[in-house]
Amino acid sequence: MRTIRIGGGAGFSEDDLEPALDLMKYGDIDYICFECLAERTIAIAQQQKLANPRKGYNAGLEFRMEHVLPLAREKGIKVITNMGAANVERAMEVTMEIAARLGLTGLKVAGVMGDDVFDKLDRYKDIPIFETGERFGGFKKPLVSANAYLGFEGIAEALDNGADVVITGRCADAALFLGPLVHEFGWNTYEMYGKGTLVGHLMECSSYLTGGYFCIPGKSDVEDFWNIGFPIAEVSEDGTFFVTKLDRAGGRVDVQTCTEQLLYEIHDPASYLTPNCVADFSGVRFEEVAKNRVKVTGATGRPATGKYKVSVGYKDSYVGISELGLCGLRWKERCDLYFEAAEKRWQAYGEKPEEHQFSIIGYNSICRDAEHMNFDLTQIPEVRARIAVRADSMQRVKRQIELANPPLSCPAGASILTANFKEVLAILSLLIPCTDVNIRVFYREV
Amino acid sequence: MKLADIAHSRTGDKGNISNVSLIAYNRKNYDLIREKVTAERVKEWFRDKVRGKVVRYELPQLGALNFVMYDALGGGVTKTLDIDPHGKALSQFLLMMDI
Repeated sequence: MRTIRIGGGAGFSEDDLEPALDLMKYGDIDYICFECLAERTIAIAQQQKLANPRKGYNAGLEFRMEHVLPLAREKGIKVITNMGAANVERAMEVTMEIAARLGLTGLKVAGVMGDDVFDKLDRYKDIPIFETGERFGGFKKPLVSANAYLGFEGIAEALDNGADVVITGRCADAALFLGPLVHEFGWNTYEMYGKGTLVGHLMECSSYLTGGYFCIPGKSDVEDFWNIGFPIAEVSEDGTFFVTKLDRAGGRVDVQTCTEQLLYEIHDPASYLTPNCVADFSGVRFEEVAKNRVKVTGATGRPATGKYKVSVGYKDSYVGISELGLCGLRWKERCDLYFEAAEKRWQAYGEKPEEHQFSIIGYNSICRDAEHMNFDLTQIPEVRARIAVRADSMQRVKRQIELANPPLSCPAGASILTANFKEVLAILSLLIPCTDVNIRVFYREV
Repeated sequence: MKLADIAHSRTGDKGNISNVSLIAYNRKNYDLIREKVTAERVKEWFRDKVRGKVVRYELPQLGALNFVMYDALGGGVTKTLDIDPHGKALSQFLLMMDI
């Protein structure tokens, strides 16, 4: 039975490139997919595009393409990526310029568009916001972007038409991998879409499958942790597949790493909603057939919902965060005093934050529930006291952090303050009819 | 015994929802974990962190449970004031549970 080998080239907008290049050099792969868009990345990219129409694509695009394109040509590997972000057209042009400069004549670059539905938002006033259930029409904060998570269609079409490089904006992460599988095998059933979605789901986070986000020394060790390789999926026409990594790279691919990644960002394993199907991972099985080589079976799928999820980016607020360090005895009392003083100063000067958070790094900052565990506080030698505030302007969060931190009127032995401030671009979700979206594929050739 | 002795775990995020997997290193411990680590107990364990409900899914063939924790990330990854906006570290907090 025919098999296709796909490399997971990135799982994050600023992911390492070297492991991806190793896959291209030594992995005997047919495709490499670079997943580079987190939930909010595209809203930030849209802001960049508004400021400069030539920007708004992934900031690492040039660097990646300069290294990836020559190898892709040499090894005959097709490249698929969502690095187009908010500006697929410009990402295509930049890729063409690099290919031309490198003398890669004949390279065909495709761009998949249609995910940007910002101009259609007026239609959705009566649709509930997915997270809150409130009517979208009642939402008053300034909107900056709206992008639908597209499926595999544009990618498969681009490959059907001979594209060597496919650049998309927002699409379901797994679709980057499902696209080439549909193109290669002509899959046209929800069952196969479900199997292909699992390939994508396991692969889309690069080293999360191969020992990243996993190692606990002495408990779950990972060989050559410093050099964790990225994953390869070897997929058969019947949807059975193996995941593995390069022998020359560090890392680990076994039932444990695969099971962790299977459940990563999954709610009901029997109902994983995607643009192309409702994938069912509840019967998935992993079998270690050799060291660092796992056979994956048992995924299936049901008909899709007919809705696309749209991420709407909006300007929410401003956040200020400050930290100072304390060590020695009675740090808890000193932190409590410091926090209490901040509240009193906000009160006295009429500058109460919309929302605030006091926490102690080293004690309860990640999970406040640590307080219930009755640790002996004298056994904790040092901590950092953290104050986070939210308000409706940069000026206001700066003032609030200032008020919380009078430079010299601090508790005994407090280290100097570090502080940072940012505008918050937040995301809400809508479910819109797929029929509202018109997927278009454009081609350019060097 | 701590959960960390017999199970491993990974956290994922979607919006304001956190999911934490709990996977037995050895299948023979799955039934024990399934019996002891109920959705109610996980909700109680994260009582200051998770404001919504906790739902548990079971994958016996993998020796794995998946806990979906609603209203768990301080308003969502893109908004939260939390130091760990994605809740990436919560898995290791769950593993501190006595069993």
